[in-house]
Amino acid sequence: MNRSPILTLSNISKRFAAQEVLTDFHLTINDGEFFTILGPSGCGKTTVLRLIAGFEQPNEGQILLNGEDIAGIPAEKRPVNTVFQSYALFPHLTVFDNVAFGLKMAGVDAQNIAVRVADALAIVRLSDFANRKPHQLSGGQKQRVAIARAVVNRPKILLLDESLSALDYKLRQQMQLELKQLQRQLGITFVYVTHDQEEALSMSDRIVVMHNGQAQQVGTPREIYEAPRNLFVAQFIGEINVFDGEITRELGEYQYQALINGVEREIRCNHRFTAGDKVHVMLRPEDLRIDCRPNALERKGFPGIVLERNYTGQTLNSHIRLENGQTVMAHEFFDEDDPDFDYSINQKVGVDWVPGWEHVIPAERAGKS
Amino acid sequence: MKAFKWSFIIAIFAYLYLPIGILVINSFNASKYGYEWKGFTFEWYAKLWENEALTQAFLNSLLVASLAATAATLIGTLMALALHRYRFPLKATASSLLFIVMMSPDIVLAITFLVIFIALGIQLGFWSLLIAHITFCLPFVVITVYAQLKGFDKYLLEAAQDLGASESRIFRLIILPLVFPAIVAGWLLSFTLSLDDVIISSFVTGPSFEILPIRVFSMVKVGVSPEVNVLATLLLAISLFLVTLSTLLLRRKH
Repeated sequence: MNRSPILTLSNISKRFAAQEVLTDFHLTINDGEFFTILGPSGCGKTTVLRLIAGFEQPNEGQILLNGEDIAGIPAEKRPVNTVFQSYALFPHLTVFDNVAFGLKMAGVDAQNIAVRVADALAIVRLSDFANRKPHQLSGGQKQRVAIARAVVNRPKILLLDESLSALDYKLRQQMQLELKQLQRQLGITFVYVTHDQEEALSMSDRIVVMHNGQAQQVGTPREIYEAPRNLFVAQFIGEINVFDGEITRELGEYQYQALINGVEREIRCNHRFTAGDKVHVMLRPEDLRIDCRPNALERKGFPGIVLERNYTGQTLNSHIRLENGQTVMAHEFFDEDDPDFDYSINQKVGVDWVPGWEHVIPAERAGKS
Repeated sequence: MKAFKWSFIIAIFAYLYLPIGILVINSFNASKYGYEWKGFTFEWYAKLWENEALTQAFLNSLLVASLAATAATLIGTLMALALHRYRFPLKATASSLLFIVMMSPDIVLAITFLVIFIALGIQLGFWSLLIAHITFCLPFVVITVYAQLKGFDKYLLEAAQDLGASESRIFRLIILPLVFPAIVAGWLLSFTLSLDDVIISSFVTGPSFEILPIRVFSMVKVGVSPEVNVLATLLLAISLFLVTLSTLLLRRKH
């Protein structure tokens, strides 16, 4: 889908005292998308959100909303609203008055307020709770009130700060679904901050992965998961096996021969390499294949022994130590035709993958993972 | 073991409350000396009412207590808000200084006040008393209000700002309603403290302005009269009422 940018952050730097939280940070968010800022704690993701909301001012750089610089506009005048991690509902006001707060501040007349608040509460399915006080609500209900209180103002952008992290697992999954539906229904741009990569992958149209105050990669969940641009992104999103290798020969366009763990293999990638370049060959655990044929000569792939195997219900997760000491993980789905499918510890196996499923990036570090 | 536990608890409570109980009972005792029970009477309450010196002292006490409580509450609330809302140099020092005032023995404060008033040439009487009372009530208000402010989600104010509220509206619509119970509680606490104080007051007031605790103190020197029992009972009732009220206010759920 082709969308126009609604928010552009360029050359943003932000320092707190002596600490640099954001360094030359760039980001473009498109109108109507569900955009997620993902990163470990301390990576600066919440600061980005607070800069957009207007709670913080950048030391350098520009924030453009629909092409207009909003640097000088205070938080209370920006057409963006925030759903806080702690919800921050006003404890002394009813659900109705909480949701009506923004409209009252904007000087909307009482009749309109009543209609719009009722609509907002209907969207989050809390119409029967209008007269409750926040302390009479469950965590999930408070969450919904916080969302209603923000969207009722029809902001250009809705900012959500780790909004689901306080909920338990089941409720969180349900709210993920609801948030995504709500976003589609309202057509408002959502900017969602989280450290939970699973949440980010399942909800977002696009994700930025942040680390040390910088954007590591921006892309769709699929791009981020399948084609991580660097080691940090690869290892932060899900689990991944990293093999160190060296390009030995160019075979064709984006096709190379590489020496990996002492074995020559053909690899495919969308980088340009020349012979002698060091590379990381990365494979998700679910992309590895384990060859357990008893005859060692028949087995394909890197030889190794099974260290540990965990039954998870859906998959069998194996840890395998290769001959060079590296430990890799493989997740295999169960096969209906083979109910006894399992490995024994210390069993000798081969670790292989389907050619072309590997993802290759230039090496960032020496040594083995 | 259980019997021991209960007798221990009873002993402690008896130790704490028996003297007060006896005092209250004696305020209704027809006997003038209170060594034996000679029947129930309101006589001492009536006598107290007729004792003009005492009632005047009582009214003076109420006046100082309400003025001191009000002033301390105003200043203290503003100070608590400043401590909560703003970052400024020496903020930590400012709040620990409050604790110093709160923790200092009364006698130290009393002497300090006396020295200052003499040095500044302030006549000991109503004003010196009022200033002293405001000072020792102040930290209690600040701490009560500040604790309430700290108890709230720190993002509430940002949430209000995010929803378009100006600074003055945030104060009026969010902060004030939220800390109001603490403000009232702080006032009640100050009122009680001021009403009860003997040591500091005896140092900083003069013969021109006598308040109740000091009057009682001088009366007791020549023997405990039944009126003193009555007064003590009344003061106890007022204090209990105010303290209960402030506790209830602080506990009230939103």
